[in-house]
Amino acid sequence: MSSNKTHHGPVCLSGRGVTKVYGFGSRKTVAVDHVDFDFYEGEIVSIVGESGSGKTTLAKMLLGLTSVTEGQIYYQGKPRDIRTRKKKKEYWTNVQAIFQDPFSSFNVFSKIDTVLLDCINMRGGRHLPRDKKIELMTEACSFVNLKFEELTNKYPFELSGGQMQRLMIARIFLLKPKVLLADEPTSMIDACSRATILDMLMNLRKETGMTIIFITHDIGLAYYVSDSVYIMEQGKIVEYGSADEVILNPKTYNTKRLISDVPKIYEVWDLSTV
Amino acid sequence: MGKTILEVKDLTTKYITRFREDVYAVDHVSLSLEEGKSLGIAGESGCGKSTLALSLMGYYFPPLHYVSGEIIIDGKNISKMDPDTIRKNILGKEIAYIPQAAMNALNPTQRIISFIEDVIHAHYPEMSRKEIYESARKRFEELNLSPAVLEKYPVELSGGMKQRTVIAISTILSPKVLIADEPSSALDVTSQKMVIRMLKNLMEKGYIKSMIFITHELPLLYNVTDDIMVMYAGQIVEKSTAKDMIFDPIHPYSKGLMGSIIVPEAGARNTKLTAIPGTPPNLKKPPAGCRFAERCKYAFNECKANAVGLKDFDEGRSYRCLIDSARLREVYKNEQQ
Repeated sequence: MSSNKTHHGPVCLSGRGVTKVYGFGSRKTVAVDHVDFDFYEGEIVSIVGESGSGKTTLAKMLLGLTSVTEGQIYYQGKPRDIRTRKKKKEYWTNVQAIFQDPFSSFNVFSKIDTVLLDCINMRGGRHLPRDKKIELMTEACSFVNLKFEELTNKYPFELSGGQMQRLMIARIFLLKPKVLLADEPTSMIDACSRATILDMLMNLRKETGMTIIFITHDIGLAYYVSDSVYIMEQGKIVEYGSADEVILNPKTYNTKRLISDVPKIYEVWDLSTV
Repeated sequence: MGKTILEVKDLTTKYITRFREDVYAVDHVSLSLEEGKSLGIAGESGCGKSTLALSLMGYYFPPLHYVSGEIIIDGKNISKMDPDTIRKNILGKEIAYIPQAAMNALNPTQRIISFIEDVIHAHYPEMSRKEIYESARKRFEELNLSPAVLEKYPVELSGGMKQRTVIAISTILSPKVLIADEPSSALDVTSQKMVIRMLKNLMEKGYIKSMIFITHELPLLYNVTDDIMVMYAGQIVEKSTAKDMIFDPIHPYSKGLMGSIIVPEAGARNTKLTAIPGTPPNLKKPPAGCRFAERCKYAFNECKANAVGLKDFDEGRSYRCLIDSARLREVYKNEQQ
């Protein structure tokens, strides 16, 4: 189980006044509005909000997929610099992501061995002997409870959604980035595989000590996996703190509503408050 | 006891793959639904929930084929009707279906009102466009949807709004049975709640008489439906009331499903999630014995040898397992300690 750490490691990824504006003039939309955050090393952080609250835009900025309109993102204490292609590549060896839709995260033309081999090559294992590479791939697959022998010579579309998402985690296990952004990794798969994926993310943190940023709309999942929670609403961070603090004693109206929207078992689900 | 609206007896349907293999995705399923009641169907992906929903409509198109069994809606046996009669007289009026990705089903070049015109015009050709508009506006207002939506194109609506619009369109003829196939799986929790409230609203106002709700989220079923049916590999493995299913699951598979529930309540962090190991069996060659035996930790030799039938226990509950219900309860109790 995730433990509540009282002392933090050094700050891994942080942002000051991060803003993203789409469009200009009268059609301006402020997707992320002057957001400050500190993500510590080896921590699982959740960003929770309903759709349209700017979670995914924030994730895209953290990954460097869209530019930051205003403000600065700091990576390991220094302002992040991804202006050239080379620097961007270097940044991406340390910051990786798992996306929402497992069916569109893979190249449909490459076999699963190729997907995993690419990860080994990216981590500087290009000149390893063949046996060693296979051993590494088998280890990664067994970490996510898949059998490598069954996967060789298969294409991604031959797997189920849950298997694909687990393969995505196997990729991350081989790449060993410093930061992992998981953008709703469990929203497209069913409830039984969901528990497995969440447990694997927690194991990954235990094994490699990476920072995991978990983006979700379901505050129940956030409570289960994370050490600290950020609540977003209309581009702003309205509440943050440790998971127990935020979810058991919510202070803002938005947090209370997010909690009440999750279907409950042990108390009556109030349908009138929508 | 209310009037039985939908009765299904031993329904079996199969898919024929392009290699001429038979896949029995719905295998001898029986159920009955009373007026004013709702039934939830739960299970993993690939266990035949959606195929059951398609089969219940009686409207088959390849690769899905009808094999045997009866579907009786309000006294009418629709399982042997020809497809044209079903399309004209049954679909929409008697039984309505909301598919899984309902919000992507709207043609982007049409306004919402033209979908409603299509539906009503097909069943009541004598109604004028003005009358149709008036009735649609009235229905939308009663369901707390803004009538302005009628004039909009699908791209102008948000995901949750589209989903609610689709539900309103498919229930515009007040069908007797509504089959909702994962209506909220692609939505965030807030929109999900709105969809659920709308479905409850439809039931309360009497626009639909009964509902079948398919999902893999058990907490949702507990809050929405009266009864829950758990499916595994095309078969029903347990049937009981929602409360009994959540607090006292008997079949090892239902117990496993219950173990994967995550809710934001105090103490949830310290309960270990018990995911079920393994994957469902390949239905092209289903195992001879109990279909869950491969993944069941209580399985013994006999489980794998002989097929297991559905048997009743307590009042109104049934399950499919060789082990006695009292014995299973004892085992679960010991495990908890």
